Amino acid sequence: MSRDMSYEAVMNRKNEIMKKAVGIDYQVFESGGIAFDYERMMKEVGYTIDEVRKIQAETGVGNTPLLELKNLTKLARKLAPPGKGARIFIKDEACNPSGSFKDRRASVSVYRAQKLGYKGVIAATSGNYGAAVASQAAMRGLNCIVVQEVFDSEGRGQPEILEKGRKCEAFGAEVIQLSVGPELFYTFLCLLEETGYFNASLYTPFAIAGIETLGYELAEQVRAATGRDPDAVVITHAGGGNVTGTARGLLKAGCQNTKIIGASVNLTGLHMASDRDFNRKSFTTGHTGFGVPFATWPDRADVPRNAARPLRYLDRYVTVSQGEVFYITEALAQLEGLERGPAGNTSLAAAFAIAQEMDEDQIIVVQETEYTGAGKLPSAQLTFAKEMGIEVRRGDPAEDKPGERIIIPEHPAQIKVKEVDLNALRVSYISNCIKNYKVERVTAEDIRFLAEDTKTDEEFVKNVLKELGVKF
Amino acid sequence: MPDAVKGTWVQIHKVVLKPEERSPRLPDDTKKVPLEFRLKGFLTHDANLGEEVEIETLIGRKVRGKLIKINPEYEHGFGKPVPELLSIGMELRKLLGGEVDVSGHELRSCDE
Ligand SMILES: Cc1ncc(COP(=O)(O)O)c(C=O)c1O
Repeated sequence: MSRDMSYEAVMNRKNEIMKKAVGIDYQVFESGGIAFDYERMMKEVGYTIDEVRKIQAETGVGNTPLLELKNLTKLARKLAPPGKGARIFIKDEACNPSGSFKDRRASVSVYRAQKLGYKGVIAATSGNYGAAVASQAAMRGLNCIVVQEVFDSEGRGQPEILEKGRKCEAFGAEVIQLSVGPELFYTFLCLLEETGYFNASLYTPFAIAGIETLGYELAEQVRAATGRDPDAVVITHAGGGNVTGTARGLLKAGCQNTKIIGASVNLTGLHMASDRDFNRKSFTTGHTGFGVPFATWPDRADVPRNAARPLRYLDRYVTVSQGEVFYITEALAQLEGLERGPAGNTSLAAAFAIAQEMDEDQIIVVQETEYTGAGKLPSAQLTFAKEMGIEVRRGDPAEDKPGERIIIPEHPAQIKVKEVDLNALRVSYISNCIKNYKVERVTAEDIRFLAEDTKTDEEFVKNVLKELGVKF
Repeated sequence: MPDAVKGTWVQIHKVVLKPEERSPRLPDDTKKVPLEFRLKGFLTHDANLGEEVEIETLIGRKVRGKLIKINPEYEHGFGKPVPELLSIGMELRKLLGGEVDVSGHELRSCDE
């Protein structure tokens, strides 16, 4: 008997394929409407901080250093009003085995796959996560397939993604490299069906539980170094796992008053599924092209209920421009002796600006770095951008235009954050819930859930529902 | 002599979805082109470039496609020096009140 492998037929088998490939029955957490029991899902399917720490210790993940960026702090204070300029710290996640915080996320998934007896793991990712899964799989003796979106229709590969593919192969993974398009998911489903491997999804409760240790360690390290809790933690945001896991870890460590700030590179105007736009951006993650859609509709992910729910945790969400991130990447290398990046430096650029709003005795933490080198360095990305016809020049970052111009600041005082209106994202999320779950009347349970899921209150949700003309 | 003998490390290519088979929700430029697939592995038989071949991947899976590259090279690198970035370090050290002479005299005298 041969199965129908057409695009539509495979997409229609999605739920059945996923259930086998992640081993979670999401149904038991459902209410039948918009609401589902998020905390129970995290508790029953995820792991406690202590369990995760044990799992991660087995493969050398975590316990990364926290470094104080004294020269960048000094520079921020020169630009800030008197008495302002918080101490800036960075958590050097590049010290993880494959070079980013994604090892935390992969560690629990691969452990789980091994424990459940899967022969291999598959990850659909063009990012550091592929290298993380490949590295963890190598340590645990499982096969690994990584499916990447990497080439445009002329066969030109994004340098950063080419590098990540190389790294996966270095760890013995099979790397399937696709051209631009969301049907990567179709190829991914076909492979899961064919191999029976585990889906090392970025969005399961165990993937997110893996990141919680980052926030937890960070809290412990800041307390040990300064005797106080961090006042703000800045988190590079794309699919939302980084924000969610870090914030949950901070809360588990008792940091009730720490401000959770998401930061993305502004790529407004570029279409993520466009063959042309694909190679006209210099950042492959940590940008608004993922950050906004995943905040306003997390359940677009490969699993029915995404464990990464950024709006549940974000107190503030800001953007910076590509040129500002390149500038701060250079500053990090030149003033602090740390050649790192690219994605983690998005939150560094934001933290550098935000530190100037804060008091000198306050603490702001950039919660990650990542490994850099060929393909990933500003020199690699900007050489490629110029080849693609992007204008690169020094100037006022306000003139930056994604896909056309990258403006490298002339002076560090020009590095500024732009606020994203979180309430607008919350409204959009609630409206997406109504649309996607096709509800006509919202229940009291739904309202409670939406208030929690947007970090607001029932009043806020009711007002949005009234404006949307939805009965409750 | 074939272009590549059995066991050679190669890259294959195939079309996963033709333009008309692709997702209905795509931007216009992407709609016009196929979804393409590239993968590396060891040839399981002698073959010539452009031929339909079989490879064994790094995890031992057998996959078929058109042979497009023999011993494919990693083509990404560090890029060229970027003039827009090169002077940032010196500018910042000057702002911080360091000893660096931004006119470059010190650097030149070291060379001599
Ligand atoms: C180094 C690094 N930082 C940040 C992110 C963003 O994380 P998330 O997608 O969970 O928001 C990614 C992932 O794409 C990453 O690889």
